[in-house]
Amino acid sequence: MSTTTTDLQDEIEKIDGHDSHDDHHHGPEPGLLRWVKTTNHKDIGTLYIWFAFSMLLIGGAFAMVIRAELFQPGLQLVEPQFFNQMTTLHGLIMVFGAIMPAFVGLANWQIPLMIGAKDMALPRMNNWSFWILPFAGTMLLSTLFMQGGGPAFGWTFYAPLSTTFAPESTDFFIFAVHMLGFSSIMGAINVIATILNMRAPDMKLMDMPLFVWTWLITAFLLIAAMPVLAGAVTMMLTDRNFGTSFFDASGGGDPVMFQHIFWFFGHPEVYIMILPAFGIVSQIIPTFARKPLFGYSSMVYATAAIALLSFVVWGHHMFLVGMPIAGQLYFMYATILISVPTGVKVFNWVTTMWRGSLSFETPMLWAVAFVILFTIGGLSGLMLGIAPADIQYHDTYFVVAHFHYVLVTGALFSIIAAVFYWLPMWCGRMYNEKLAVIHFWWAIISVNVLFFPQHFLGLAGMPRRIPDYSLQFADFNMISSIGGFAFGLSFIMLTYIIVDCIRNGKPVEGGRAWESARGLEWTQGEKAQYHSFDTPPSRATILAESSHISHEGQH
Amino acid sequence: MNNRNSNISKAFWAKLFITPVLFFAFAFAMVPLYDIFCEITGLNGKTSSATYAAETRTIDTSRKVTVDFTSFSNPGFPVKFYPMVKKLEVIPGKLYTMTYYAENRSDTKIVGQAIPSVAPGLAASYFKKLECFCFNQQTFEPKVPIEMPVRFFVDSDLDKNIKNITLSYNFLKVKNVTKEVAKL
Ligand code: HEM
Ligand SMILES: [Cu+2]
Repeated sequence: MSTTTTDLQDEIEKIDGHDSHDDHHHGPEPGLLRWVKTTNHKDIGTLYIWFAFSMLLIGGAFAMVIRAELFQPGLQLVEPQFFNQMTTLHGLIMVFGAIMPAFVGLANWQIPLMIGAKDMALPRMNNWSFWILPFAGTMLLSTLFMQGGGPAFGWTFYAPLSTTFAPESTDFFIFAVHMLGFSSIMGAINVIATILNMRAPDMKLMDMPLFVWTWLITAFLLIAAMPVLAGAVTMMLTDRNFGTSFFDASGGGDPVMFQHIFWFFGHPEVYIMILPAFGIVSQIIPTFARKPLFGYSSMVYATAAIALLSFVVWGHHMFLVGMPIAGQLYFMYATILISVPTGVKVFNWVTTMWRGSLSFETPMLWAVAFVILFTIGGLSGLMLGIAPADIQYHDTYFVVAHFHYVLVTGALFSIIAAVFYWLPMWCGRMYNEKLAVIHFWWAIISVNVLFFPQHFLGLAGMPRRIPDYSLQFADFNMISSIGGFAFGLSFIMLTYIIVDCIRNGKPVEGGRAWESARGLEWTQGEKAQYHSFDTPPSRATILAESSHISHEGQH
Repeated sequence: MNNRNSNISKAFWAKLFITPVLFFAFAFAMVPLYDIFCEITGLNGKTSSATYAAETRTIDTSRKVTVDFTSFSNPGFPVKFYPMVKKLEVIPGKLYTMTYYAENRSDTKIVGQAIPSVAPGLAASYFKKLECFCFNQQTFEPKVPIEMPVRFFVDSDLDKNIKNITLSYNFLKVKNVTKEVAKL
């Protein structure tokens, strides 16, 4: 502990109630209580990632139920009401339980390491942010066992389905969303404070790695968007229980307003789930192209532009609510405008790879797959953004195909890429490359068999969220289900590869896992120590480790 | 901790925690803002609830506009309710009166509120009502049929391309009965 503590630092110490004397220069506390009490960013990152992984498996199991029911036309396995509970909880668990916590986990592990900080700015709050999650997740899942069943109104919980016509358990759903929101907001505050406050003194904002930049911007999106979601569910709560009529026309309210409020949150939310992915890919591609990231500052500006625009395009989810032509045109043009900064990013990734000395280790495979498949999702997004075309596409499987390309082959693939990229540094051991490559091809083929035919189903008019369908949709649904089961199985293999790496992986030797990787996170030894950066890195180290400035002629 | 930049002020911490609170409040602010926005722009097919003085009209005999009347009772609202005329050809600017018929088929008194809506949305602000049963809550005594008038005109400034307007009413059971109606 330095003796130059200023007033402000005292203040911070008070805020986080964290005394940095007692967890200094020694390893983790023995026993299970370590995980409950921990304020160490690496421990908390690990907790987040395992939590996200278990939610991924549960949400995945629900998806298997959905695909099994849709394997053939007709009602075979489950009741329609249960089918609806599956689609609803699948969406909610994946968005709020898997993707978002996984990114927060990566932020916890990586941000302090990448900016040369000792820990997060508010370690005690960090502990709370995590420990709220298992309770929220359990409460959400427990609704399935309640009388009347769990929520069955879709992850978008439109009123009045979620108010007047919803099951009793909806109040538990509402409370769970409140808790999830609290967790995300606290996590976001922590990220902002860490990046702005704890950076190595010699690291300027434009020295920061792109993962840190994208997370900083994501955190701002979170503190603006999540409270609006909290507002929406609070209105639902009072409409349901306290006689207000926010969304009830008989009391002077308006159900369409629910959709405005929800999507004012919802569209920024989809960017919350993709901006950190952009950051991850921007770290991995330079490593395996052995070239600095092309167009670093344009990446930063593009991310900020996407974030700002994301607050003014929500109407593209509502083209069919009876919006006047002026509104449709505005939301259509604003939506299409977003593809400009998105295109800049794709261009920069491709240009980084251009004439690089490419090698295709597993993280790079996932990153390249991300670039290609996310772009497909972006293109279908553009089609949906065209108001007159959306009349045909809306609420069909085309939308389902779109958002699974951006969320599964986009957000989720980037998370898998990040785990393969950083896991060797987290645990000092290497995974089995051969198995990992087999797993990659298995997943990549099956995921396309799963989601690509859904484009055709949607164009042919198959509605989403329906347990039965007419005969002309049978073939593509069967193909999609087969792809789905194969993709589901691939996660068993992924679990094996990761556990095998942690338990029996070959120790990483000779400095860093990837010989061409740059970044402060690689300077702390083969295996990250429990405490890092007791002294902040020097300006020279920061520049030498930059993954976006050219190092040519320096050897 | 020696690697903290100390250039972050207390004010910044305050902002960081207040921002989410403000956005929470913003979600609630969207409720009135949304109504004001619809009122000003006439979007969402919400007709203005203001009554109009009859003098401000100019009559445009060069064209006719067809007005369709429809009605809809919410589930759980046991009042039979329909327009006495389904369709009317109107001259923009001229005053018309038409009536809706309603009968409470249940055995209890019911208080309802009609919500008007005009399609296309762009026509909403040109469809002006001088008198309407939708301005107040209506009380329906059991088994008593009533006729409810609407006095309206279509503003002659209405876009020439709009030749057809639909006026629809949706009757809902009232949750919060206003004081004047409750006394009846
Ligand atoms: C190129 C950029 C994008 C454009 C132009 C775009 C456009 C659209 C449009 C117009 C819709 C509404 C379709 C409808 O309901 O008829 C939609 C739905 C959706 N998009 Fe995108 N999108 C883009 C990128 C993304 C990204 C990056 C994500 C998430 C990572 C995402 C996630 C979603 C989701 C989850 C839905 C479905 C919401 C629901 O359940 O109804 N989109 N998109
Ligand atoms: Cu959107």
